[in-house]
Amino acid sequence: MHELPQTLLSGLALGALYGLIAIGYTMVYGIVQLINFAHGEIVMIGGFGALTVRLWLPDSVPLAAALPLMLLGGAIASVAVATAAERFAYRPLRDAPRLAPLITAIGLSIALQQIIWAFYPDAKKSRGFPQFQGDAFELTGSIHLQRDDLFVLAAAPLCMLALGLFVAKSRTGRAMQATAQDPDTARLMGINTDRIIVIAFAIGGAFAAVAAVAQGLRAGQINFEMGFILGLKAFTAAVLGGIGNIYGAMLGGVVLGIAEAASTTYIQHIPGMQQLGGGGWKDVWAFVLLIVVLLVRPQGLLGERVADRA
Amino acid sequence: MRHRSLLVLTTALTTTALALSACGSRDDKGGGDSGGKQTTVAIGIDAPLTGSLSPFGQGIKNSVDLAVKTANKNNEVKGVTFKTVALDDQAVPGTGQQNAAKLVADKSVVGMVGPMNSGVAQSMQGVFAKADLTQISPANTNPALTQGDNWAKGEKKRPFATYFRTATTDIIQGRFAAQYFYKDAKKKKVFVVDDKQTYGAGLAAIFIQEFKRLGGEIAGTDHLTVKETDFTAIANKIKNSGADSVYFGGQFPEGGLLSDQVKKAGARIPLMGGDGIYNPGFVTASGENNDGDLGTSVGYPVEELDSAKAFVTNYNAGGYKDPYATYGGYSYDAAWAIIQAVKKTVADNNGKLPADPRAKILDAVGKVSFDGVTGKVSFDQYGDTTNKQLTVYQVTNGAWKSVKSATFQD
Repeated sequence: MHELPQTLLSGLALGALYGLIAIGYTMVYGIVQLINFAHGEIVMIGGFGALTVRLWLPDSVPLAAALPLMLLGGAIASVAVATAAERFAYRPLRDAPRLAPLITAIGLSIALQQIIWAFYPDAKKSRGFPQFQGDAFELTGSIHLQRDDLFVLAAAPLCMLALGLFVAKSRTGRAMQATAQDPDTARLMGINTDRIIVIAFAIGGAFAAVAAVAQGLRAGQINFEMGFILGLKAFTAAVLGGIGNIYGAMLGGVVLGIAEAASTTYIQHIPGMQQLGGGGWKDVWAFVLLIVVLLVRPQGLLGERVADRA
Repeated sequence: MRHRSLLVLTTALTTTALALSACGSRDDKGGGDSGGKQTTVAIGIDAPLTGSLSPFGQGIKNSVDLAVKTANKNNEVKGVTFKTVALDDQAVPGTGQQNAAKLVADKSVVGMVGPMNSGVAQSMQGVFAKADLTQISPANTNPALTQGDNWAKGEKKRPFATYFRTATTDIIQGRFAAQYFYKDAKKKKVFVVDDKQTYGAGLAAIFIQEFKRLGGEIAGTDHLTVKETDFTAIANKIKNSGADSVYFGGQFPEGGLLSDQVKKAGARIPLMGGDGIYNPGFVTASGENNDGDLGTSVGYPVEELDSAKAFVTNYNAGGYKDPYATYGGYSYDAAWAIIQAVKKTVADNNGKLPADPRAKILDAVGKVSFDGVTGKVSFDQYGDTTNKQLTVYQVTNGAWKSVKSATFQD
């Protein structure tokens, strides 16, 4: 059991990353009931935006100083793409049957991947991403905290706090809640719902950029295919936590991250389950968890609305 | 309703098939009856030309291109000009199979070099076998490709007569790695990770078997998923297992990250892998230092072979954008084997290429024997290379350096 704290810590860092991406899925779904499957690619574009800023800056600028600018660059790139996708791909289809925007999202995801593949310099293979130099922090003898994990562990709660305050306190945030509850009535009350939808996409894009920088720091590289698996995992996290609920998305991410880490470590110690443990089966266990949660609580861990429109 | 849509589908498929075969038969005429004139034949190439494995794939493509250019320049086969048809499989078996069908349909193709991935090769072999089209892989190392699925039980049976390779098998590579690890590097307790792919899982299994036979201990095994980037849970497990080393069966994008994350987790132990990780991309996968990590690769280092000097010079003079990488020399030899087979076929047929040369060329490839870039090139009764040389490389100051080259001994 001595590896438990380390497993929880690694799982928490991974889960916070999933949670940041899951916010993008859940906000958009909460307001327009659209699963934006291109969101993984928004993350990827945020990563390339941040990398571009790092490459522009002279090498003498330390990473810690460059990080805010990289975040800004990544956020500009992914917010621009996310809002453009909303304006040109999803808005024309808003009254179309529900499958139409879903298929559009899948097509958009392939298109965005190929655009980066074809036009970003040297992006046909993985591009190196800067990392903090130096060893991990040794908290106790058996627990190591990676320097690069520090970023996501700090950024995720800050982002959640800011988002929570924004949604609960600000005028726009309350307008968002109203639009999520009933778009038609919200429009009758004078809320510009088109603007609210764009803002939801933009917030998702900004969170995606933070997640992309976190992923780049953790892995030391980004590539044009990175959005697919991250997007899939984050979508799972959003459903797990209750799609449409922002706190649920973060909780779902953390639960998923810890479940992955724990199933890699522990399942094979259970007698008779040796063959079903390890990294090769972690996704299976993560989805077993998802199915069990949905059986017991169809609305997800924190979901309020019943998932009747998905 | 269901029946009608089936009908439509079948009609569409039949039409397409007819259209395709019509194209094929039209192309037929061009190749055959051009008596005294120059005939152009193609050597197909299939490799991952894009995506994370493209550093390997581009090297394969360029080296075949160099072989073809050399043959044309020297007028190696009188009356025959060679060209290449390069297709990208992105390391995806399904794409490889489509490419195989394309190459078969192109009547100018007399043989092909590729693919790089054993899993892709499995999906292509059957397509070429039906068309008698010679396939020579410069990189596949999975034993089952030439010796059948039951090779481990000693029942060797060649599944496809059209498949050859210039690379050594994993039986040799995995055992060679285990012997080096146990005897030379003095590692006794190793943790084995593979990527669940045909190549990686096969190599890891052979390594485990040989390492145990020598008396070593396996601290644990685990599997990772290709294209993922977070292996910290596995890395923590490796650290807690108390292993003194890691063996990884898989490719460099995951191998590089795994090695880095193991070291970041606090276990300063070396990782060893096969030819899949022997690539500069392994070292640059992330910022972490990889010094001390090991990789085996088939053959002697191309730079150190006298027979390869001309190849290296010509390659560098060729102005190719990407390096020839791990499989360049083997790709050149594979292409050259096809060229030699064409030469023999032409010589046996009164100096001109027969109308449908594929079966005759296939026959001739099995009998080639020449001194190539990587040493003597010839194939045994299974289609495997008779060359059993291997090299261990180590990362030193951020670059791969050869530490031991030897011919495998049982």
